[in-house]
Amino acid sequence: MTQTTRIADAFPALNQTVGDKPLVYLDSAATTQKPTCVIDAVHSYYEHDNANIHRGVHQLSMRATKGYEGARAKLAALLGASKDEIVFVRGATEAINLVAQAWGRPRLGAGDEILITEMEHHSNIVPWQLLCEQTGAALKVAKVNDDGSLNVDSFKELLGEDTAIAAFTHVSNAIGSINQVKELCTLAKAAGAVTVVDGAQATGHMHVDVQDIGCDFYATSGHKMFGPTGIGCLFGRSELLEEMEPYQGGGDMILSVSFEETTWNKVPFKFEAGTPNIAGAIGLSAACDYITEIGYDTIHDIEMELLSYGTKVLSEIDGATLVGTAKQKCAILAFTVDGVHPHDVGTICDHEGVAIRTGNHCAEPLMHRFGLSATCRASLSVYNTASDIDALATALRKAITMLA
Amino acid sequence: MSDLRELYLEMVTDHAKNPRHRGKAEPCDCIGTGNNPLCGDKLVVTVHLDGDTIEDVKFDGEGCAISVASADLMAEVLSGKSVDDAKELFSGFHELVAGEGTPEVPKKLAVFSGVREFPMRVKCATLAWHTVIAALNGSEEVTTE
Repeated sequence: MTQTTRIADAFPALNQTVGDKPLVYLDSAATTQKPTCVIDAVHSYYEHDNANIHRGVHQLSMRATKGYEGARAKLAALLGASKDEIVFVRGATEAINLVAQAWGRPRLGAGDEILITEMEHHSNIVPWQLLCEQTGAALKVAKVNDDGSLNVDSFKELLGEDTAIAAFTHVSNAIGSINQVKELCTLAKAAGAVTVVDGAQATGHMHVDVQDIGCDFYATSGHKMFGPTGIGCLFGRSELLEEMEPYQGGGDMILSVSFEETTWNKVPFKFEAGTPNIAGAIGLSAACDYITEIGYDTIHDIEMELLSYGTKVLSEIDGATLVGTAKQKCAILAFTVDGVHPHDVGTICDHEGVAIRTGNHCAEPLMHRFGLSATCRASLSVYNTASDIDALATALRKAITMLA
Repeated sequence: MSDLRELYLEMVTDHAKNPRHRGKAEPCDCIGTGNNPLCGDKLVVTVHLDGDTIEDVKFDGEGCAISVASADLMAEVLSGKSVDDAKELFSGFHELVAGEGTPEVPKKLAVFSGVREFPMRVKCATLAWHTVIAALNGSEEVTTE
């Protein structure tokens, strides 16, 4: 038995048939499947420890608090941060909105600029557009090269003394390009901008060290790194989190409340109003353990081998064209098929048991950049194998025979 | 699992590859734009009316096989029909692809009966219809989201 077969065995949802075909799951950039240890952790929490956190004096509350805060410590260790720099949120989207509203809104005004890139997911575009509307700041967009990599010269040209925030993705969800975020942070910092890195597509695949990257904020989602949906985290540098106003008001984010004056709880609790997703955090904690156990090096090796095999297999299919061929790339294969609309490709693949994503991948401006309205996307994870890519190739040939 | 051949019948793939009614109806008496954000498709439907009679329907834009074939066959079926007939035909077509009954529809629409087994594709099949009905009702833009 190969190592990768053993990895897939840890993910119960992968072991099923859809219709009469074995499932081939190639949509991990949308959400990864969950290993048994994560499912068990969530189940066990509800079965044994379910209680509200932080304020209860009883045993269950103490256990729940320990699990929740333990998750914060695990994430901090994984990302090279300290515990009080990790704010639990619903996911990367909420993390970016939090920065836009709690850091950006009180500080930005007319004349300020927010620099993003053409390859951003809508979640790293729209929160900044809202902030621009609210404050009068202007949005600037750095270009993407033909191979799908960021045009760093364009990024440099647009950086200036007016740039208040530079927000960019670590890995493109649509085409897999990896940005040199450390270099971009150095550039942005030199221009005096606060940096926000969207790490949703990174933390399930590569070692991320926020200190080494030198970012001010780093956003990620648990469900794209083997954890549950509805939980993610925002890393923020302590000084910035300290000086920020709360994002939402409610319980747990306050020290004392009166009708005359309310004082905020300390960081990071100041940003966690209301009962949080305790089970989600505990599941994410188990996901961190899972990643640590396999190791990012192994994950990287397996995925790079799959990317290279997938690139070769797709290049051998007449009529299939890869979109995004940056040198630094995660295992995401975006492509079009001559004469067959991506939506039809998706339906035919599904009929073969192969789950891919089709559409604009919440990155409409990037699609327009390449003159496309939609692509097909096969996104791989550590549990995939070469035979999954062979199944994709078979399905694509069928689509071409039927419709091209 | 439902059979793919039921979805992609020969008439459907033929009209998807070689649509007969692509373009703009002249003179254009009403126009509608339909968006399917799920697949990024955008369809512009134009209609030439003579009083209450639909003389010509044309469509333009990009779409998947189902949405292009549906737009093309719709254009064929609607030619010469009254506005009320068009609404009735849509109601039957909608029942065919998204309902549970067995509506009587012209043969050229019956080829979409397989869509019912593919719920994610209902919006593709109905985009052109939603758009033409909106155009006939005087509103310009519809979305299937």
